[in-house]
Amino acid sequence: MKPVTNTKNLVNSSSLQNSYRQRIRLFLRECWSTRLSYLFLAPFLLCFICFVIVPVIIAVVLSFTSFNGFEFPRFIGVSNFIYMFTQDVVFMKYTIPNTLKFAIVVGPGGYILSFIFAWLIHQLPKSIRDYFSLALYAPSMVAGVALTMVWTATFSGDSVGYLNNILLSLGFIETPQLWLQDPKYLMTIMMIVTLWTSMGVGFLAMLGGLQTVNTELYEAGRIDGIKNNLQEVYYITIPSMKPQMLFSAVMAIVGAIKAGSVSSGLTGMTITPQYAGHVINNHIYDYAFLRYEWGYASALSVVLLLLSYGIMQICYKLFGTKEDE
Amino acid sequence: MLQTIRKQFALSRMFLILFLTGMGIFMFLPIVFLFNNAFKPLNELFMFPPRILVQHPTLFNFEQLFMHTAAGVVPFTRYLFNSFVVALITTFAVIIVSTMAGYVLSKHRFHFKAFIMGAILIALMFTPETVSIPRYLIVSGFGLKNTYFAHVLPFLASPVAVFLMKQFIDQIPNPLIEAAKLDGASDMYIFMRIIIPLTSPAVATAAIITFQTVYMDVEPSSLYMSKETMKTLAYYVEAVSSNIPGVAQISIASSIGLLMFLPNLIIFLLFQRKMIQTMLHSGVK
Repeated sequence: MKPVTNTKNLVNSSSLQNSYRQRIRLFLRECWSTRLSYLFLAPFLLCFICFVIVPVIIAVVLSFTSFNGFEFPRFIGVSNFIYMFTQDVVFMKYTIPNTLKFAIVVGPGGYILSFIFAWLIHQLPKSIRDYFSLALYAPSMVAGVALTMVWTATFSGDSVGYLNNILLSLGFIETPQLWLQDPKYLMTIMMIVTLWTSMGVGFLAMLGGLQTVNTELYEAGRIDGIKNNLQEVYYITIPSMKPQMLFSAVMAIVGAIKAGSVSSGLTGMTITPQYAGHVINNHIYDYAFLRYEWGYASALSVVLLLLSYGIMQICYKLFGTKEDE
Repeated sequence: MLQTIRKQFALSRMFLILFLTGMGIFMFLPIVFLFNNAFKPLNELFMFPPRILVQHPTLFNFEQLFMHTAAGVVPFTRYLFNSFVVALITTFAVIIVSTMAGYVLSKHRFHFKAFIMGAILIALMFTPETVSIPRYLIVSGFGLKNTYFAHVLPFLASPVAVFLMKQFIDQIPNPLIEAAKLDGASDMYIFMRIIIPLTSPAVATAAIITFQTVYMDVEPSSLYMSKETMKTLAYYVEAVSSNIPGVAQISIASSIGLLMFLPNLIIFLLFQRKMIQTMLHSGVK
């Protein structure tokens, strides 16, 4: 009996091997037949692997180590993450709530604003459209310079600051307010300033997308009983520019989560008063460049990555087009 | 009846224009400020709170800039030259590379496609600060330090541009490409004659954002370049505004602020027309 089973096994395994080999051969043949695709992709992919994927992998590896930038990284397992969630008081008490609050207001807020403005501009006659899109795009072109000069003067804490000056003369406040130093106001001001600069890439993409909407669809829609502009936007405009909507949504989220320099630009300090404007990027900056704890900073950025990836998956479900649609 | 509707329409459009003009002026303030700042004499620069409009315009700030750089090792024009060369080459290269990648990712079928798309989506999120050390190791490992390649290559890996391109190319109907294929067009021909013209709004958008990021970025200059002659204007601005104390600094900074901004504006204006150009006549729809 034994030899029979043996041969059976042998046959089985050899046919299995054969099928594996066949499958690999098929796979390679398919790869070869689509070689042109890979050729087209090659320049991007090579750079992408070298300058994004490999560095990211190194960063993930570093998140499991203790690394100060000088000595060789020391493997410490998941203790960075354990420390983050159990002992890092600032992270749990200020960073996470601030980041979420900031991202929830600025992300969708900036997104909706840029769609509204792109759509409004699209309603204008063609000859003057360019000027308006330039004016609205302007803040994101000069963000850094204007931020420190215009806004710090506006929200300055003494009585000559623009906002204090106006409010004092109107009689709304008795004494000048320390807008930027007071933890009560800092977050709101950060949100306003970021919304002001949020007509960026997403806005441009939407403007481009609005051009691509087929105008015949509007006429068809009117025949089908679309009565007002709102319905037109909801039933025709948005579905026709889904790719741009998705792109701007992703850009809005990325921007909202990544924005961390706003608070330091406004207050002139890396760590804001009472951590009022402390978002996750400030936290990373704090650990990476002030304390030189690169391992912990990498762990933080891995958490940031997971967080934004989760949010983005939701977005992709909302706006994404299905394959072969 | 028809007349009242027309009147209402005109009225609402008037309101719209008025509203957008107000908004536009508010948003446009920083540019006005920047232009005026560059021509302000010292006493107006130090005024607090700053006036937006200049009262006694002067070229003093630009004089200071040239005086300061004439004394330095590298003339200021060298930084400007580097910035332009790097930004223009990178913008051009990014457009070609990412349109190619976007075309393939959108219209071709092959293994690893979903995997590559996933990687790009994740890469959109990563903060560049955390990967600067590994990137430095790679750049110096390839021996790219102090070359223009180190200025250009890291930017070619631009997930944003590829994502944008893929999203736009998704909109080009498949039958158009299939028809071209049936007519015997090669992939290269399809790419050059169909994809590139039809994605011109996306190309314009990508060009604007790439130029801006490259032109403003100091990372390559400060990390990969040890020779002063290879650094860019953005680096010089940062060095000027953080290192040199004294009165000269603020006037130099304000004149250079304008110089940093102008090319951005020019590129934007150049491509804006292209972007707004309607696609309706291009044969897709």
